[in-house]
Amino acid sequence: MADNSENKVTPPSRQYPDPAVKLKEEPPTTGHSWDGIEEYDNPMPRWWVWIFIITVVWSVGYWIAYPAWPGIQSATSGLLGYSSRANVASEIAEFETRNEQFFVQLVETDLDEIRDNDELHRFAINAGGSVFRAQCSQCHGTGGAGVQASGFPNLLNDDWLWGGTMEDILTTVTWGIRNEDYPDARWSEMPAFGVDGLLEDEEIDQVVNFVLSLSGADHDADLAALGQEHYELNCASCHMDDGSGDYFIGAPALNNQVWLYGGSPDAIRHSIYYSRFGVMPGFETRLREAEIRAVAAYVHQLGGGQ
Amino acid sequence: MGILDHHKKIETHATLLLVLSFLVVTIGGIVQIVPLFYLDNTIEKVEGMRPYSPLEIKGRELYLREGCYNCHSQMIRPMRDEVERYGHYSLAAESMYDHPFQWGSKRTGPDLARLGGRYSDDWHVQHMIAPQSVVPESIMPSYGFMMNRDLTRADAEHVRDIMAVYRTLGHPYTDEMMENAVDDFFAQVDEFGDPVADRYPGAQQRNFDGQEGRITEMDAIIAYMQMLGTLVDFDTFVPDASR
Repeated sequence: MADNSENKVTPPSRQYPDPAVKLKEEPPTTGHSWDGIEEYDNPMPRWWVWIFIITVVWSVGYWIAYPAWPGIQSATSGLLGYSSRANVASEIAEFETRNEQFFVQLVETDLDEIRDNDELHRFAINAGGSVFRAQCSQCHGTGGAGVQASGFPNLLNDDWLWGGTMEDILTTVTWGIRNEDYPDARWSEMPAFGVDGLLEDEEIDQVVNFVLSLSGADHDADLAALGQEHYELNCASCHMDDGSGDYFIGAPALNNQVWLYGGSPDAIRHSIYYSRFGVMPGFETRLREAEIRAVAAYVHQLGGGQ
Repeated sequence: MGILDHHKKIETHATLLLVLSFLVVTIGGIVQIVPLFYLDNTIEKVEGMRPYSPLEIKGRELYLREGCYNCHSQMIRPMRDEVERYGHYSLAAESMYDHPFQWGSKRTGPDLARLGGRYSDDWHVQHMIAPQSVVPESIMPSYGFMMNRDLTRADAEHVRDIMAVYRTLGHPYTDEMMENAVDDFFAQVDEFGDPVADRYPGAQQRNFDGQEGRITEMDAIIAYMQMLGTLVDFDTFVPDASR
């Protein structure tokens, strides 16, 4: 076993401060004594005092250069003329200038030819993508998949309500759907067949089954056969005999498995009984024309563009 | 050093130290705070600001009750990224009828200063009931219970009392507004009722939560959200350069 007794106490030569070293000059004390304990009266470190003095001098310069002291009518505005509002305006203006050529090009280029210009198309889908994430994604989803069965349309598939050409998408984004802000907004209104008493409850049941049969879902064939007549009288003028829908009045296609408000018998019954009235704001005054065209180009290339 | 030699007197006298420190803090406070009350450019003159309508006050009370401010600020800063995302930066005038104001730096959710008109009423109803159904990445809790909490005459009268308090704080509620407060409260959820906008320009009037024959907390909170940031007419706004 090694003898480590000498390690138990640090030898005086290794203590810090070394008690053997005497201070050159004992600093003065404050003169107090508490139970024999005295307090040195050392000056504050020089570096600290100098930084303090420099900050005081700096503040005087700052007051002159930047908005600072309140006066009678307004505060002093400072020699540099700093203004956070002017700064944000000029920063926005700087990006506007940089984008200007593309914005001009976007407005001047025919919608269907945007795709042919690689650089312009790349700009359009990036600019459109950022507009989409700020303005559209809350309803249509970050990726454009909509919210199934809640009435927010999926933009990734080719099942369109009002048409999926660039021109159609542009019209929809510009004026919106069923809003009263713009006379040009797309507008149609399905009758509430149950609430308004246009169809009896059992007739609605029959139509539900016929609609299910159109989409190829499980249904009661007898009821569906009975429902066909009511469908042709009441629904076919908009949704078409074969259920293919009509872009012109925003009548959804019923002959596929894509459902805006759900494809369960209950959901379809609700749609027929109470009708649906999906709305979308128009962006004519919120976005500039080039941005609307960019977002149309973005949505068009998501997957379903016609 | 003359005067500096006397600091020992202050440092060894507790009461004197207290009084003098208070004096120093007071001077600092006066210089910073008092000018805000008289400087012309503290609250810029803008077109369109008006005090809240009774239903909007109720919505605002609910906003405070549910602590929405814990996650949402109502102040768009003058920076490019904020202006691009939310719209025009907020003006002091837009908060002048807010007691307390709803500024803040805690944004778990987005800023709501210009929420009005951005989404449909249906979207708000859906989002309040099940936030994740429309914004999958959201961590907002559900406020669907508001659909089931009816607003009564007592609520309307309470709002009238709040308006009376606001009046003492200088909000320009007229006698006519006070007399009609309870009626306006209920009229604003009825599209065919007396036009509330006569007294409160720009007030939106309709059945906000889509429930027939019921006036619920959801109506009030959506009425409030749909007016946020929509009042000021920015066509006539000229920014004061000295800010």
